[in-house]
Amino acid sequence: MNLLAEKYPEEIQTILQKYPDDQRRSAVMPLLYLAQREHGYVTKQSIEDIAEILEITSTDVASIIGFYSLYYDAPNGKYRIQVCTDLPCALRGAEEFLEKLCENLGIRVGETTPDGLVTVEQVMCLAGCDKAPLFQVQTGDGLTYYENQTVNSALELIERWRKQQGGKDGR
Amino acid sequence: MEGKHLLLRHRDNPGIKDLDEYRRLGGFQAFRKAVTSMQPQEVTEIVKASGLRGRGGAGFPTGLKWSFMDNKNWPHYVVANADESEPGTFKDREIMEGNPFQFLEGVAITAYANQANVAYIYLRGEFWHIAHQLDQRIAEMEDAGLLGERLFGTDYSLRIYTHLGAGAYICGEETALLESLEGKLGQPRLRPPFPPSFGLYGKPTVVNNVETLTNVPLIIERGADWFRTYGTEKSPGVKIFSLSGHVNKPGNYELPLGTTFRQLIFDHGGGIPGGRQIKAIMPAGASSSLIVATEEALDTPMDYESVPRVGAQLGSASVIVIDDSVNIAWLINKTIHFFKHESCGKCTPCREGTFWMMHLTDRIAAGKAAWEDVELLRDVASQIKGKCLCALGEFSIEAVLSGIERFEADFRQVAQAEESQPVSMPAAD
Repeated sequence: MNLLAEKYPEEIQTILQKYPDDQRRSAVMPLLYLAQREHGYVTKQSIEDIAEILEITSTDVASIIGFYSLYYDAPNGKYRIQVCTDLPCALRGAEEFLEKLCENLGIRVGETTPDGLVTVEQVMCLAGCDKAPLFQVQTGDGLTYYENQTVNSALELIERWRKQQGGKDGR
Repeated sequence: MEGKHLLLRHRDNPGIKDLDEYRRLGGFQAFRKAVTSMQPQEVTEIVKASGLRGRGGAGFPTGLKWSFMDNKNWPHYVVANADESEPGTFKDREIMEGNPFQFLEGVAITAYANQANVAYIYLRGEFWHIAHQLDQRIAEMEDAGLLGERLFGTDYSLRIYTHLGAGAYICGEETALLESLEGKLGQPRLRPPFPPSFGLYGKPTVVNNVETLTNVPLIIERGADWFRTYGTEKSPGVKIFSLSGHVNKPGNYELPLGTTFRQLIFDHGGGIPGGRQIKAIMPAGASSSLIVATEEALDTPMDYESVPRVGAQLGSASVIVIDDSVNIAWLINKTIHFFKHESCGKCTPCREGTFWMMHLTDRIAAGKAAWEDVELLRDVASQIKGKCLCALGEFSIEAVLSGIERFEADFRQVAQAEESQPVSMPAAD
């Protein structure tokens, strides 16, 4: 049973029709994003599902997850805060920003807060060099940029997520 | 140029991202004109005559690239390279967010000139929100009869699709991009054959940068002679300079090619913060050689011919400004970390070379190295040169070799001191 195909029949059709019929493999990257939507990472089952849809091996699918940095094969914080510290950002204080943010959250770079809400990661250039410090937030639903940040503005953002999360759990 | 942008037109007309407003300002007239009254070759000839050169970094003549398309092998494809990932570059993003229809019209005209019925826009995965905006705009164009079957009553049909990458700098290299678009690892191909003879799915393909494509509608609308009134003889047109680093007003500046570094950094960018002195310039992002910021260098025009005279390339015109608080040994440690992470692993000299350069620069920047380590670093860098399939390996050594050669004192300071101190960045002002 192909859970992915069952759950997202229309989305999968929309993706497949972008590419020639004999080049279905091109759909592997958009399908991985689709598979990542629910849990924020690609499950073993989804890898099998995608391989079946595209008629390629599950090793082929897994190699794509390994090569590209925005796909994950294991769960992590619900929100991934990805801070750029490349040269132009570093010249504008991004390294200090990252260090202080982690210090405030009581975690190290790459770790997740104990409540499972936030993972802080150091990433490569995000094409926002004039608006550093900046980070992107990746969830299963996609990516959002937050620019011209301070440690306080980042902590406020995290606090808002925490309240939303609490609201949901309370129901 | 104030109030008269050619590419960043949203700065003069913020409403231009709406289809109606773009059309009110003459948008899609050039596409209609091309499809209804011009042969594809005529379009290519005008772009050739304009002297437009690729804005992604290589500076290759755009019309010439189009004329290489193999007309014995079909179908043809056009791919827009929107993988903008060079540290210091953030121009394509602003175009696609602010003036998306001019870019899309450029894609459409380029597709017509190259007789492609399908065009893909390959965006870096981080541009998730831009891809979704473009999808909506493509749908609007289809509703308005600007994309789809039998356009403007002719036999010409065109579809445009977006495709998101997933975080890999290497996919900005055109053959790695095509591999990625085919659903494979983003690793470069051996060239030749080049994409105009063997591209996407093995078919003739033109790959052009977003900024390059955004120039095309204006060239078709107003002509090659008009385009040549901007810039220099060999580098015609305007260029978007992404200015970052130690400068008061970082951002994108659309200026004629041939504008000097001094005009960009001091007149437009407001100079160096905190009363500090400018020390070095990287004109092409992290893959750039380091220019010593002498008076002569500051007065050098930023065009494809002049920048090499001060020992660097114009590349994507991503100008990173470095002030005198920075030790260059720290700086190359930053750039090498980037290239080590982004090396795709296909070619041994790049994969292993960036790994060893990272360990050496880690030691040097930590103040735990002897001068021999600096010489070893230079040796490792020199062995990468000319030995890789794509330019990433070459890019990784530009700052290393130029840094050691032109800023030797910085390396002597950290490598030979009696009690070496680690070099780090002072806190930002």
